[in-house]
Amino acid sequence: MATEVALGASLNGYLSTVFFKSVGLNVAADAFVQLSLLNLIGGMVVVLGDDPGANSSQNEQDNRHYAAMSYTPLLEPANPAEVYAYYKEAAALARSLCRPVILRLTTHVCHAKEKVAFAGWEPQTFENNPRFDAANGPYIPLTAAVFPKKRTALENLRKAERWVDERGLHTVTGHGSPRGVILSGMVALSVADALEGLPDRPDVLKLAMPYPMPSRVIADFLQSHAEVKVLEELDDTLEKDIKALAYDRGLAARVIGKADDEDWVGEYTADKVRDILHRTWPDMVPARKAAVEPLAPVPARPAQMCPGCGHRSAFHAIKKALPEGTITVADIGCHTLGFMEPYRMGEVLLCMGASTSMGAGLTLLNDTRKVVAFLGDSTFYHAGLPGIVNALFNRHNLTLVLMENGTTAMTGHQDHAGSGRNFNEPTDAIPVRQLLEGLGVRHIFETDTYKQAELPDLMRQALDVDAFSVVIARHPCMLLFTRNQRRKSGYVDRHVTIDQDLCTRAHVCVQDFACPSFTLAADGSVTVNPELCIGDGSCMQTCPSKAIIR
Amino acid sequence: MNIFNIYLSGVGGQGIGLLSEIILRAADHAGHAAKAVDTHGLAQRGGIVVSQIRLGASAHSPLIPAGEADLAIGLERHEALRAMQTALRDGGTLAYYDTVLQPLPVRLGTAAEVSAEDVARAAATRSITVHAVTRPDIEDPRMQNVAVLAAVNRLGLIPGVEGEHYERAMDDLLKGAALEANLGLFRAAG
Repeated sequence: MATEVALGASLNGYLSTVFFKSVGLNVAADAFVQLSLLNLIGGMVVVLGDDPGANSSQNEQDNRHYAAMSYTPLLEPANPAEVYAYYKEAAALARSLCRPVILRLTTHVCHAKEKVAFAGWEPQTFENNPRFDAANGPYIPLTAAVFPKKRTALENLRKAERWVDERGLHTVTGHGSPRGVILSGMVALSVADALEGLPDRPDVLKLAMPYPMPSRVIADFLQSHAEVKVLEELDDTLEKDIKALAYDRGLAARVIGKADDEDWVGEYTADKVRDILHRTWPDMVPARKAAVEPLAPVPARPAQMCPGCGHRSAFHAIKKALPEGTITVADIGCHTLGFMEPYRMGEVLLCMGASTSMGAGLTLLNDTRKVVAFLGDSTFYHAGLPGIVNALFNRHNLTLVLMENGTTAMTGHQDHAGSGRNFNEPTDAIPVRQLLEGLGVRHIFETDTYKQAELPDLMRQALDVDAFSVVIARHPCMLLFTRNQRRKSGYVDRHVTIDQDLCTRAHVCVQDFACPSFTLAADGSVTVNPELCIGDGSCMQTCPSKAIIR
Repeated sequence: MNIFNIYLSGVGGQGIGLLSEIILRAADHAGHAAKAVDTHGLAQRGGIVVSQIRLGASAHSPLIPAGEADLAIGLERHEALRAMQTALRDGGTLAYYDTVLQPLPVRLGTAAEVSAEDVARAAATRSITVHAVTRPDIEDPRMQNVAVLAAVNRLGLIPGVEGEHYERAMDDLLKGAALEANLGLFRAAG
């Protein structure tokens, strides 16, 4: 969606910029792969956040492949100062070519903080002047139009290569060592750390634009070095290009690429780079000292649903209603955390909007096990609708639980189409229930998830329906709610406590309902941590001895 | 100056982000070349939040190499021990707020809670100096980060960074009642 909006703006002559993370490009790919074939008269910058190390993503896919696949030039900064400088370069190049340019950032470039010197502020006036003209096209990708457009895209790659070369963005550092390293992006900082203080160091060629590969710069570097190590995070795209160049030009330099599978895995931190360089040139780069073995075990700390979270109440109640053998499918969002102990709800997860369709597939040739899919409300609007349409159209018999909390909680409470507010202003909320009814869902049940007696009952009714059914399990995000309440004057922190005389140490609160506010002492007694408890009371009805009081 | 590495760790919601930002800005006010990086991921939901700060012109990446932190700051006991064992060098310093937010395995009864003695014992074997901070008089637990900061300042744990630098950083980042409350705690605890 965002890519298409940015494309539309660019067709009117406005410089547009679209942002997404690594797997976000998969969602945008249908539009994205065609962009370099179009005359984007305003230019477009695609800011892409790749995640080597899979710090917060399902995989660590290397999106440089998308650049090559779509003939899109890709600039790769190493730190915040370069992000600022390279964004301006990317925008100027995109304007000049009338094509997209990728600015590829990786996780710890995005999250890094340092002082950046900005140029003087020169406010621009943007004319309200939509300049779309079909004559700037062709914008209809019929067969006859494809070949000339592809030739232009390839020619643009050579222009981009020359442009970055002429701007002097690729840099060589060193003192004429016969050994050299070729790299790009944040790996440059890791290498600088790994080599810090060593008396003898390889020269380093840092590529500002690894795609298209800058042939002249690399050929020069190969000619002036006997051994060249390509230090490349994730996949070996540069390595292959460089080896092909060396072969084609008959260059004698020994090009050293990846040695084993581990070189393809994880982030190239200073530690990892140091190990690789030691393996490559043990006489030059000494081994790291062995890591310190932890002496005392520290229990893992997985992320949790927050105190008061409506999803916890939903899982706790719904679990009671599910027959043995029920297959539960999760989607992307806070409710994904339900897969963990003690809930084990939503035991397969793929990508945004996939739960209903995956669930539909799990119903095929399956007359014995119920299938329940979970879906957050933000994802419902974003990518969930086609799966629901498919389930209705093809008569898939499963139950969808729509976890409606009114926001996009996991990523920081962005508003969504049901929130009544967009990024800029109030807007009409699209109501979940009417949207489902409009699609033709006949069996809709809804309740607040704090209603622990009602929710299992509704869930059983939904499972008994011999058709696609939806349970709307509603409760506002309590993290957002509490934060907003705290801003109001007169707000008083509240929390529940446990009446130790009534408590039978059944541990339902701490081990089944499992709100993080409960603390389990070594003697088996349970207390409430007032630092965490928000006093929502969602736990009170789950205690068999009514020992939780407010 | 040589490189000085600071590794901060706590639980989502404890204010590691603000604490890191205050120290980074204070270091800048003190004239250090400073860079930092936060790792959040799923950390907002009661998971581990880590921030790393590196001082000195010869520090290039914002990520601290394993076992090369000079100072580890923890806002919770389990995370203090974890930070000490994954990031801190032998002979380094650990300053932590001694509160416990039980991780899931402890609440499920499948792992034991870490005690203050566990932390002290593990530190002693590697000549690590430990400063455990508690301020039971703090009404708002979200100010425990500034209680630790006050101890860091009082003990002079970050070379060249003085009280005025921390206070200027707080003034940059906070305003109104929050600024007053945190400055008050910082000065009183200092």
